[in-house]
Amino acid sequence: MALETITIQERIIEKFGNSASNFGMQKDIFCFEITPDKAYEVIQFLKTESELNFHFLTDLAGIHYPDNDINEQFAVSYQLHNWIENVRIRVKTFLNGENPEIKSIIDLFQCSNWMEREAWDFYGINFIGHPQLKRILNMDEMISHPMRKEFPMEDSGRTDKDDRFFGRTSLIKN
Amino acid sequence: MSDLLLSPEHRYAKEIEKKRNEDGSELSVLNLGPTHPATHGIFQNILLMDGERILDAEPTIGYIHRAFEKIAENRPFYQINVLTDRMNYCSSPINNMAWWMTVEKLLNIEVPKRAQYLRVIVMELARIADHLICNSILGVDTGAYTGFLYVFQFREKIYEIYEEICGARLTTNMGRIGGFEREWSDEAFKKLDVFLTDFPIAWKEFENLFERNRIFIDRTVNVGPISAERAMDYGFTGPNLRAAGIDYDVRKAQPYSSYEDFEFDVPVGKSGDTYDRFCVRNAEVWESLKIIRQAVDKLPKGSIHADVPDYYLPPKEDVYNNMESLIYHFKIVMGEVPVPVAEIYHAVEGGNGELGFYLITDGSRTPYRLKMRRPCFIYYQAYTEMIKGGMLSDAIVILSSLNVIAGELDA
Repeated sequence: MALETITIQERIIEKFGNSASNFGMQKDIFCFEITPDKAYEVIQFLKTESELNFHFLTDLAGIHYPDNDINEQFAVSYQLHNWIENVRIRVKTFLNGENPEIKSIIDLFQCSNWMEREAWDFYGINFIGHPQLKRILNMDEMISHPMRKEFPMEDSGRTDKDDRFFGRTSLIKN
Repeated sequence: MSDLLLSPEHRYAKEIEKKRNEDGSELSVLNLGPTHPATHGIFQNILLMDGERILDAEPTIGYIHRAFEKIAENRPFYQINVLTDRMNYCSSPINNMAWWMTVEKLLNIEVPKRAQYLRVIVMELARIADHLICNSILGVDTGAYTGFLYVFQFREKIYEIYEEICGARLTTNMGRIGGFEREWSDEAFKKLDVFLTDFPIAWKEFENLFERNRIFIDRTVNVGPISAERAMDYGFTGPNLRAAGIDYDVRKAQPYSSYEDFEFDVPVGKSGDTYDRFCVRNAEVWESLKIIRQAVDKLPKGSIHADVPDYYLPPKEDVYNNMESLIYHFKIVMGEVPVPVAEIYHAVEGGNGELGFYLITDGSRTPYRLKMRRPCFIYYQAYTEMIKGGMLSDAIVILSSLNVIAGELDA
């Protein structure tokens, strides 16, 4: 029996009620949003529930939405995959802009260790319960989180290039 | 020696001190990398050693981090392709095609069959080049230089084919949105033909040299094994996962670029040790050859690119003589092309596993967010666990059998 998206949706709503929202297909992947306080439980539910069985964490990505409401300025996007039914799912959760934090899923998926460190490194999202939350790709001495939108691409002192003509950094005052 | 390297606050320094006081044993610290010829890339491991045995390891990565994801947020879509080249530079065409397919998925572009088949051919060539490098270097690390020198000339042949297709060799920047930049030359097909005749003979010899070789078997069997459960937990994909016995392959699970038209097997190993990884890669090279032969035989006639003037550069002579083409040319080069607002994920089977692009657009000329799922980055986490308890020389062999490519690791 193939795993239908409607089944997933029903099971999630049945278990999490109003915490889950915005169900829908985005291209070929079924997606929904969850409030951050329930994010860990929903991932755990998706993984351990035998009917759903999303046993593989494909990817974990941090995202920055500086133009959003203060409570939705950061997002963490989890992509899970059920290899047996060959179904992918994406779970997105929005975090507070001033103090982005969420419970770590490292005890569910070992591979989330470095992915969470990456999200911390680049976005400053705090994963509560992570055993070693420190920078991974950038140097330890760095103080900013460079993938945030306000972080300029290049040295602002440069005068040989006018960034207004080359992409989004134009919106930010250098 | 150890106090030269470590501050007294480091957990290894404490561990050494504790052990010395406990039973007088003398643990030591060894700094492997960041630039050591045996690591084939820039990564550092601080090893806590008991004689030759590794007790613990602390990996440091990021030495060649180039902020691709940040750069991608400031570039129009066609300029991001050159960033993907530099991830897994042993098989850049796979990365290139993966990126084009992501953009095509975003823009709902249907690529003609011919272009899809040609993409399959070049992706499988890239896979052969990737596995060839990994396996022959593994031979070098166990002391067998001959195999490496012998098969490496065939990587050169593959690069010559790339050169015929796109003009570049290592970082190929091959293809365009919607297909290829130009029709493949006759010379390219001729070279492909020669490759398909000569390479299998050499690869068979290479296999014979290693697979039943006593020294090689002693060095690799039961070295760095990982169980299927652990491999899955650590996010393994690609040959390293299949060596542990799970037949997950994106080409089968979610066929892209007409992979469903070809018949091929997914080779799997059993114990997930270094020898199995070697054998799985060897077997995959044969499957790749099989796919290339089928694609060449069934290659349909037709266009090599989709009819999408908004995204595909017009021929140069039209740009000079035709107003409309000039406008399209200008708009494409300046990156002013219509882009829908969407959130998509596209994955392909890269040389090392599932290579995915998670792309969020906001309708502007650049991606809002581009997250690259780089298989190396994810499975390199398991390295510490795999080398614990082993010998130092095993750690080197495990590292090369995992085929960790620094460019992909750090992006």
